[in-house]
Amino acid sequence: MYWNPAIERLSAKELEEIQERRLRALVNTVYDYSPFYRKRFKEAGLHPSDIRSINDLPKIPFTKKQDLRDTYPFGMFCVPLSQVVRFHASSGTTGKPTVVGYTANDIRNWVESLCRALVSCGVSNDDIMQIAYGYGLFTGGLGFHYAAERLGATVLPISAGNTARQIELMKDLGSTVIACTPSYMIYLAEYASQMGVDIAEDTNLRAGIFGAEPWSEETRKRIEEKTGITAYDVYGTSELSGPLFTECTERSGIHVWADMFLIEIIDPKTGEQVGEGEKGELVVTTLTKEALPLIRWRTGDITYMENDKCGCGRSHPRIMRILGRADDMLIIRGVNVFPSQIEHVLMQIPEVGEHYMIIVDRREDGLDELTVQVELSEKAEIDTTGDILRLERKIAEKLKSVLNVWAKVEVVNPGTLQRFEGKAKRVIDKRKI
Amino acid sequence: MIKQISVFVENKPGRLAAVTEVLTKHDINIRAFTIADAGDFGIIRMVVDKTDEAYKALKEAGFTVRLTDVLAVEVEDKPGALHRIARALGDAGVNIDYVYAFTSEKHKALIIFRVNNKEKAKEVLENLGVLFKGEIS
Repeated sequence: MYWNPAIERLSAKELEEIQERRLRALVNTVYDYSPFYRKRFKEAGLHPSDIRSINDLPKIPFTKKQDLRDTYPFGMFCVPLSQVVRFHASSGTTGKPTVVGYTANDIRNWVESLCRALVSCGVSNDDIMQIAYGYGLFTGGLGFHYAAERLGATVLPISAGNTARQIELMKDLGSTVIACTPSYMIYLAEYASQMGVDIAEDTNLRAGIFGAEPWSEETRKRIEEKTGITAYDVYGTSELSGPLFTECTERSGIHVWADMFLIEIIDPKTGEQVGEGEKGELVVTTLTKEALPLIRWRTGDITYMENDKCGCGRSHPRIMRILGRADDMLIIRGVNVFPSQIEHVLMQIPEVGEHYMIIVDRREDGLDELTVQVELSEKAEIDTTGDILRLERKIAEKLKSVLNVWAKVEVVNPGTLQRFEGKAKRVIDKRKI
Repeated sequence: MIKQISVFVENKPGRLAAVTEVLTKHDINIRAFTIADAGDFGIIRMVVDKTDEAYKALKEAGFTVRLTDVLAVEVEDKPGALHRIARALGDAGVNIDYVYAFTSEKHKALIIFRVNNKEKAKEVLENLGVLFKGEIS
């Protein structure tokens, strides 16, 4: 099923032609209407006529979150406020708040993007959609609301929180699809069992669309086993509009609509593009946004891209699950390593406890050394030194297969690694660079 | 067969004391004791008088503890005693993972073995008439 078959089934080549045309128009627009971008272009010695194909994209400087903060509130808008029909704003937990604006077309395109996504994961006008993302300045609630309504689904705009009511209405009104954060879904499922409600047995819920925070395949399995629903990943950020893309029913990546967004994956340290399938930071150029177009926007999210045609028939490129934030990345012997990957490997090994530390140091010969300290779990049974060496070897091999770099693994006594209240700081980088 | 307790410890000052402190508190007597060391860590192996109690106490104290069935052999404290057994096990194709020994007034010389094939080893040792079938107390 397609929402917009004409566009969704275009070939990669046809999509590239659209991207090229729109990119050329975009650089002209921002150069003419945005003092911010004009200054950027001039500083880089660049004129819009230098951008003729998408291969010229790397010539253009990146746009970063800091740029939005520096020009707060409207410095990067490319239309007068009379054309802006809505604001959303970020909470500013990591700095000054940022504000984003939308023209009527921007809202329409946002809805278009999410409608394509929802249809691709099987949502239809027969569904009752419980939207448990926050409504208001956060884009999650209203984003899903507009798209689900446009699709003809029945919307339950309950917003986040009020968990007992969520479960009661889910049961009474027969919600079939829920949209919320994955952690809220887990909480909801636990709360439901305390209320004596089995989501799998007592409700019509069949699917969930989860995002707005990083989550793992393990969490997906946990949600699915606990609730009997199918869980889909969603991606989007407020700067790009809001929730925009989801997995399709194939669940092997998130389609990014190439006629609207041009994506690159770059090495966050060097800024160079990396090859298909290699992980790096997602960089997005918006091809149809009017109020706040973004050129080479650094999302800070780490993922990798697949370009081959998906089993669902769409040739729009896919990004994989977000692996972490670019700020967390370590470079070890030239290889990009994310703490989230290390955690992912460790938590699959039963002999390993929940606490671990990652230590990076530079040896005297100049080579970086990655050390991973793990505590033994209750399940570990140790009788010979060989048992420990084999376990360390097993962990090191599993890490190597995922990270592509060898780590020194040290097994330590349970209860001896540092415990953290609140946000854990498990990485110690001793290198003096 | 008797039960041996193995405890994983990091190779750091005070780690052994942390183990023996638990045993002392519970009034547990160590009959046989050895440490296998491997650089950053070691494995303490011991035979004690109150095995289950020691296991529980160490586990509760947060140690990685394991109970292992080991073979004990009672021999005369004289030249050639260990050789006779090692030869017999070797001839039967049984591999010895580790071995340690202790003597006490009560038990003559006791040798503790862990082997790769317990049943085979038992048979060999019974034939030699050296398998220890008593209780360690």
